[in-house]
Amino acid sequence: MLLIRCPYCEEERPELEFRNAGEAHIARPTNIAAESDDDFEKFFFIRANPKGVIYERWRHIHGCARFFNAVRDTVTDKFVMTYKAGEPKPAKLPGASK
Amino acid sequence: MNAAFRISGAGRLSQAKTASFSFDDKPYVGIEGDTLASALLANGVHLVGRSFKYHRPRGFLSAGAEEPNALVQIVRDDARKTPNVRATVQELYDGLTANSQNRWPSLAFDVGAVNDIASPMFSAGFYYKTFMWPKWAWKDLYEPKIRATAGLGVSPEKPDPDHYASRYAHCEVLVLGGGAAGIAAALAAAETGVRVILADEQAEFGGSLRFESGARIDGQDGYAWAQAAIAKLKGMDNARVLSRTTAFGYYAQNFVGLVERVSDHLKNPGHELARERLWQVRANRVVLATGAIERHMVFANNDRPGVMLASAARTYLNHYGVAVGRNVGVYTANDSAYAAAIDLKKAGVNIAAIVDLRDNPSGAVIDEARGLGIEINFGRAVVSAGGKLRVSSMTVQPKNGGGQRTIPVDAILMSAGWTPSVHLFSQSRGKVAFNDETKRFVPGTYAQDCVSVGACNGTDGLDATIDEAYAAGAKAAKEAGGKIGKGSKPKVDAGEIWSRGMLGAAPGAGPGTTVKAFVDFQNDVTAKDIRQAVHEGMHSIEHVKRFTTNGMATDQGKTSNMHGLAIAAEELGKPIPQVGLTTFRAPYTPVTFGSIVGHARGALFDPTRRTAIHPWAARQGAVFEDVGNWKRAWYFPKAGEDMHAAVNRECVTVRKVGGLFDASTLGKIEVVGPDAAKFMELLYTNPWEKLETGRCRYGIMLREDGFIYDDGVVGRLAPDRFHVTTTTGGAPRVMNHMEDYLQTEFPHLNVWLTSITEQWAVIAVQGPKSRDIIAPLVEGIDMSDEAMPHMSVREGKICGVPTRLFRMSFTGERGFEVNVPADYGEAVWEALWAEGQKHGATAYGTETMHVLRAEKGYIIVGQDTDGTVTPNDAGLDWAVGKKKTDFVGIRGLTRPDLVAKGRKQLVGLKTKDPKVVLEEGAQIVADPKQPIPMKMIGHVTSSYWSENCGRSIALALVAGGRDRMGETLYVPMPNGTIEVEVTGMVFVDEKGERLNG
Ligand SMILES: [Zn+2]
Repeated sequence: MLLIRCPYCEEERPELEFRNAGEAHIARPTNIAAESDDDFEKFFFIRANPKGVIYERWRHIHGCARFFNAVRDTVTDKFVMTYKAGEPKPAKLPGASK
Repeated sequence: MNAAFRISGAGRLSQAKTASFSFDDKPYVGIEGDTLASALLANGVHLVGRSFKYHRPRGFLSAGAEEPNALVQIVRDDARKTPNVRATVQELYDGLTANSQNRWPSLAFDVGAVNDIASPMFSAGFYYKTFMWPKWAWKDLYEPKIRATAGLGVSPEKPDPDHYASRYAHCEVLVLGGGAAGIAAALAAAETGVRVILADEQAEFGGSLRFESGARIDGQDGYAWAQAAIAKLKGMDNARVLSRTTAFGYYAQNFVGLVERVSDHLKNPGHELARERLWQVRANRVVLATGAIERHMVFANNDRPGVMLASAARTYLNHYGVAVGRNVGVYTANDSAYAAAIDLKKAGVNIAAIVDLRDNPSGAVIDEARGLGIEINFGRAVVSAGGKLRVSSMTVQPKNGGGQRTIPVDAILMSAGWTPSVHLFSQSRGKVAFNDETKRFVPGTYAQDCVSVGACNGTDGLDATIDEAYAAGAKAAKEAGGKIGKGSKPKVDAGEIWSRGMLGAAPGAGPGTTVKAFVDFQNDVTAKDIRQAVHEGMHSIEHVKRFTTNGMATDQGKTSNMHGLAIAAEELGKPIPQVGLTTFRAPYTPVTFGSIVGHARGALFDPTRRTAIHPWAARQGAVFEDVGNWKRAWYFPKAGEDMHAAVNRECVTVRKVGGLFDASTLGKIEVVGPDAAKFMELLYTNPWEKLETGRCRYGIMLREDGFIYDDGVVGRLAPDRFHVTTTTGGAPRVMNHMEDYLQTEFPHLNVWLTSITEQWAVIAVQGPKSRDIIAPLVEGIDMSDEAMPHMSVREGKICGVPTRLFRMSFTGERGFEVNVPADYGEAVWEALWAEGQKHGATAYGTETMHVLRAEKGYIIVGQDTDGTVTPNDAGLDWAVGKKKTDFVGIRGLTRPDLVAKGRKQLVGLKTKDPKVVLEEGAQIVADPKQPIPMKMIGHVTSSYWSENCGRSIALALVAGGRDRMGETLYVPMPNGTIEVEVTGMVFVDEKGERLNG
């Protein structure tokens, strides 16, 4: 069982308290009704499936209930870091594998 | 009186404390502290089982958890019959009953042993090759037969009456393995003051100190030192010492699963004690001190009862005081077997000969053995063991060929060397490295905060082991925040050190095709099988393993993996590391389902949710159905009524008079704040800004792809307050969906969301008399049609308690939903029920609710929709705000496929024969005469008998459905095709006049 640091609670809590919520940094277009079919497909259906570093959303559902972002390595399963929703993609990752 | 093979004065058990037991119905006497294995051996019993495939007689190979052969069934009573218990681990208690497995009619005469004679048929890959064709035969013929004859043990027929405990624990340093290394590491860590847990799978700590007679630490015998050190640790507040506790799984971030066997060793465990306890430990640092496992020699008939590991014989002698024979042969490629021969010889057992595969080894143990007058043969091999139910001889030959000599023996001790136990290290995702000099895999690259010490790290000798372990324990504690320890390192006065041995098959293993030189005893895999696998094209150890099943039995190849790998490598002409070692997976040893499940079974398996009105419904004799975790009243049968009769009566009574329905399970969310209406506009398809306070609206929620996600009636209590209802099953995910958008997409909106499902009990009162039933109990609300029209909500009091009173209808009748705080739910229901009785109203359940709503064509999300249905498909286009510029799903709705012609649409169906009720889920075709496979154009989503209509009614999703009104379609069923007519979805009161009736 993984330990995940909730950036709102500011502590590591067991995985059981969290739920994954899909890829992060995919913003809903402000004028979504005007999106082209291709752009809507990219926004809604297309997701990254990298071997290595992935940016994803998690929710501390059985804790503070906040959604936040996490950087995880899909090879080792390790969480590289977590940060609050709305914060930009971190420019530099601490100790990530290649 | 001592059993025949118990040596008086030997071992550490008190020979005065006897314990009676039986094996295959024969009574024996052992002594307290015995394992079942040592007690049977004390009585001269070696034959304890039959092998899995060939049904060959088998005895004890080991004295520990690695045992592949001696699997027995322990029977306490009808419900407690544990199969596949390793007799080498099971502790003896007075009255223990054990039976052998995998034999019929008896252990000594087993019919299944014919497999041994027919063994060329059963060679590697046999199952794959023989039973592949025809395909049906595998399921119906081969598998059941194979399972019946090949089973290991028998499951009990009754439910498990025992209970299993579970604990979480945290510590700075977790030490796995309680031999010399583990104890030294635990001492060093505990002396720094940090929390330490030390676990060992055996009943007593000490590991190999149990048999290493030459070990002396801190001026005392090694085993005695271990007990003193454990006593010291037990006296420290920061140390927890767990015996009989196996670390079975090493998971992410130093999360380790342990199983403690709490009461399997007790005569009368009683009901207070759990049988086992699952420990889930999170450790800052883990010290792996899991030791090494001795390997057997691979030669012909090396599985005969009486042929065992040298260290096992030594354990039986030095710990349990048992001689494994009277005239013992030794076959070795390694020094450690000499120590066993020396100990046995000193205890009065004759050593017939030591056969050493090595050419000219030298060393102190060899000199000592020679000094004791033991015959030693270098450069020779045991090419075969004689005897069947018990070994009777060993045939010796120079290893490069030559004359054979057969020596009578009643036991053979063997040692091919020691394999570091890297199982837990491998489970931690660490990568092992092959040491070419010592020919063993040892921990290489670490993936977690752990360290290996002692034999499992390839460290030889007691002195070096204690040095390494003590330093590692102190370092781990320091890294985890410990202070400088006050203790001192244990001083090793004397210890044993062993040479390396060999891997793979010895000269006695073949090449003949009938020779059975076992590599994997539990799965009956021989050296020949592995060679054959390579010849048939398996070039990776993963393929060899699966083709031969080597290492795939419940012992996970603890004794066999390295031999199998070495034979495959030799056959392939490749170095061992290029052939690869398979990854070890959890569990290290088999774990009971009980310990994993713990208390989460029966009533505690899953929570049950009951409404405030549940006790009333139960008293009325309601039949309940499960809806998610909820128990919902399904129908209320009167005396003599079946479900059909009860539902018909309830349906008719509601439309004629009125009915009460417990709708408390409905999901409820309060949306509050200055931007509440804006938020509602974005989350639902409908317009909300202009909805007046006190009015309600039916809302549809979509996913971004445009498909219906949920629905429900929403009441506006104030400009900044909405009372939202959701489907019963949808409440948690709707809340999650709303929170997701509020927190991450629309965080600029000032809105609070609160789940209020369990705060409000909901009593639906429906039917022409509904207002008459409620009105006498209500204060402060004008319930006239003018003041409170259909789809409105008022706050006031009922029976003196606060209520949110909705005028709404899921039946098509005049209707209300009375929300009251849940604590008052039952009392208000009772009051309403008393009023209802005056008019002849009925209580109704979920089945009637379903029929009544279907009569009106009201959909149920999740039943009439399936995640691919749009509002338009469901005939609900009117609920989508046409002037809105944004809501979740607005763009999805215009996707090409969603606006294409011919989409499946919800319609009504009437069977041509009104008495026939369709099956929900049944497929619909346009032409019943077309060839199979037919083109299916839709399916039935809801179908009921409607007593109000005097006929069956149904809803269905049909391609282009709304353009097919009046068309005849067909529902092919096993008993014939049913003709149906496509109709509108409303079967009762098409004009909707009864809402005000
Ligand atoms: Zn949190």
